[in-house]
Amino acid sequence: MNYRLIPRLDIKGPNLVKGIHLEGLRVLGKPRRFAKFYYENGADELVYMDVVASLYGRNNLARIVEETSREIFIPLTVGGGLRTIEDIRAILQAGADKVSLNTAAIGRPELITEASRRFGSSTIVISIEAKKQPDGTYEAYTDNGRVRTGVNACDWAVRVEALGAGEILLTSIDNEGTGRGFDLGLTRAVAESVSIPVIACGGAGQVRHVSEVIDEGKADAVSMASCLHYQYIRHYYSDDDYSTEGNVAFLRSGKAFTKVQGADIAGIKDHLGSLGIPCCKPDWAALHA
Amino acid sequence: MPELHRPRVAIVDYGVGNLFSVRQACESSGLEASITHSRTAILSAEAVILPGVGAFGDAMEQLRRLNLIGVLEEIGASDKPLLGVCLGMQVLMENSEEFGAHRGLGLLKGSVVRLRGEAGEGRRIKVPHVGWNRLEKSPAARDPWEGTLLQGLPDGVHMYFVHSYYAKPLDGSVVLATTPYGPQRFASVLQYRNIFACQCHPERSGPAGLTVYRNLALRLCGGTHP
Repeated sequence: MNYRLIPRLDIKGPNLVKGIHLEGLRVLGKPRRFAKFYYENGADELVYMDVVASLYGRNNLARIVEETSREIFIPLTVGGGLRTIEDIRAILQAGADKVSLNTAAIGRPELITEASRRFGSSTIVISIEAKKQPDGTYEAYTDNGRVRTGVNACDWAVRVEALGAGEILLTSIDNEGTGRGFDLGLTRAVAESVSIPVIACGGAGQVRHVSEVIDEGKADAVSMASCLHYQYIRHYYSDDDYSTEGNVAFLRSGKAFTKVQGADIAGIKDHLGSLGIPCCKPDWAALHA
Repeated sequence: MPELHRPRVAIVDYGVGNLFSVRQACESSGLEASITHSRTAILSAEAVILPGVGAFGDAMEQLRRLNLIGVLEEIGASDKPLLGVCLGMQVLMENSEEFGAHRGLGLLKGSVVRLRGEAGEGRRIKVPHVGWNRLEKSPAARDPWEGTLLQGLPDGVHMYFVHSYYAKPLDGSVVLATTPYGPQRFASVLQYRNIFACQCHPERSGPAGLTVYRNLALRLCGGTHP
């Protein structure tokens, strides 16, 4: 099976943002342009996450999702602030192919079953944000790593599979945005306890982290943000039409994320290929021949 | 492609699936697509797309509730193209073992069975099968997919899949492409007369996938297809 690379775009209002440990958000630009670039560069899927929706109980994504899905023809998973069957239906109607649920699912686990019956298991991705505890176990958090749940992350993974989830998007809050690599122990523990695919997220800072989380973490897919965004901004994004909402000072300053080396999708896939890890290179060349 | 004529296709809305993605793919491929469960709209379209994501039994129940079974049988028996995608492919078969036994539309002979997760020697593969996988030319297929909706695509082209069940047609000659997954190889694209069915999601499979919709548009424009 081909391992998947999935750029994750955190959205706040009209902007793509990125933080560290899911906090301290910086505005990076218009999500649509990043999405199109990643699509053309061989991304296998995309994830859009409305990072403040959960906090304010709003969901701004529909319009951005609609714009994006006219231009990119790969699966788009959308999450952030989806609470009800009606919310899920609305975002699917706007062009999402799958939805990601966290806060609402922990609050009312039956939502997973209802949603997977209604829209198909494969449409329901459960996002688990996990933080390592002093005793070495992992606890699931909600609201972008702000709120503890008291639920063990591995137990929750097993439970969401039984409830009908189709995939798990597993984020390490500790490593998220740091560029120091994925939490391999967390990823492996979850990936080996369920039979549905696990997407590892949080911590990619260089190309070898991706192969590590596949080899040692047993991830089925890898989601990345800073690495890819940073490469794009540095090399390709030249205009400055950012919306004024949010913190753009970082972008204007041109400062780098300290531990994150930029990487592009094609380069990561070449690296995986050189290690014998199967991944799908886009068939553009053959098609344009 | 002539701009003057945008062939009208009906995307059957029976409450399941990624209808919007299918519509986007159609519109970017020169088709005029409407999402509908109206019998009249479906019967008057130049081609019909039956999408679908979800459970087989529920899908059939919805088709029954919306009184669409007869309409789809009529389209199947006509010479209008009928394209089944993912669950929309599976319901074209005679029956499925998903969550108990269910009858399908029976427009294609065969059944729908579950993917096996055991890969031998205690190894397991993940089910559902999610991600990009190859369409390999079936020995039975006409070389090289000429005249089918796969026309122009290279053997081994990657498409996006997400499913736990697959169709097992009785007649191997309807199989255009197969796809390997762990210990099994399943029929991923079928064509029988005017009926075309694929387990993958061409609308989410990048430019290669859009080729399928463009081929449909070409065929309806009386283009290069027989």
